[in-house]
Amino acid sequence: MAVESGKVTSFIVEASEYPDLVRKYRVSGVPKTMVNETVEILGARPEEDFVRTAVGGVVP
Amino acid sequence: MPILSPSDADRVRAMLADLPNPVRLVFFTQTLNCETCEPTKQILGELAELSSQITVQEHNLLLEGDLAASFGIDRVPSIAVVGAQDYGIRFLGIPSGYEFMSLLDAIQVASAGDSGLTEASRAMLAGLESPLSLQVFVTPT
Repeated sequence: MAVESGKVTSFIVEASEYPDLVRKYRVSGVPKTMVNETVEILGARPEEDFVRTAVGGVVP
Repeated sequence: MPILSPSDADRVRAMLADLPNPVRLVFFTQTLNCETCEPTKQILGELAELSSQITVQEHNLLLEGDLAASFGIDRVPSIAVVGAQDYGIRFLGIPSGYEFMSLLDAIQVASAGDSGLTEASRAMLAGLESPLSLQVFVTPT
C-alpha cells in the first residue's frame, strides 16, 4: 500500500518490544492494524477488504 | 555465530537473487538500553551479504535525531526500507522469526517499486488525498 501511494506510510511494529504502544492502542492480539492511530483492523483480512477499510479510515 | 544458518542463508540468497533495483536499509540504533539493537545489526549485516543490491546504513538515533525524524522514526531498533524512492516502509523492533520474512517481502516490494496489489486495491489507493498512517502490530513467532 505504501508503494502504491505517496500518502501511505506503513510501520510494522514488533509488539513485544513496545509495550507502551501495545497499551496505548489496546493490542490484545496480532495482527492488529491501527489506521491513522484511530481506526482498528483486527486480524488478517482479504486484501481488498483491508484496503477498503484502511482507505475509508482516513479522517479528512 | 551467524544468526542465519547456512541453509537459511542459501534460501534467502535465492529469494533475493532477482532484485531489480538497489535497496537501502536505513537502520537506526543506539548503544545503550537497547537489547535488540545489536542482534538487529547482525541480522541486517548478514542480509546485506546475501545480495549485492542491499546496503545497510547505520545511524545513531540519539546523535542523528533529525535524520530519524525525517523518516518518522523515534525508536530503536528501526529500519526504513528504501528503494528507488522512499515509499514509507518502516520496521520497528527486531526483524526476527516471521518478521524476517516480512522484511524480505518489503525488500522485494521496495526494489521492484510494485506492490503486487490487485487493480481494485490500486484504484482505491490512487484516490487517496490525505496522509494514511498504518501501524501493523505483529509478533515474531
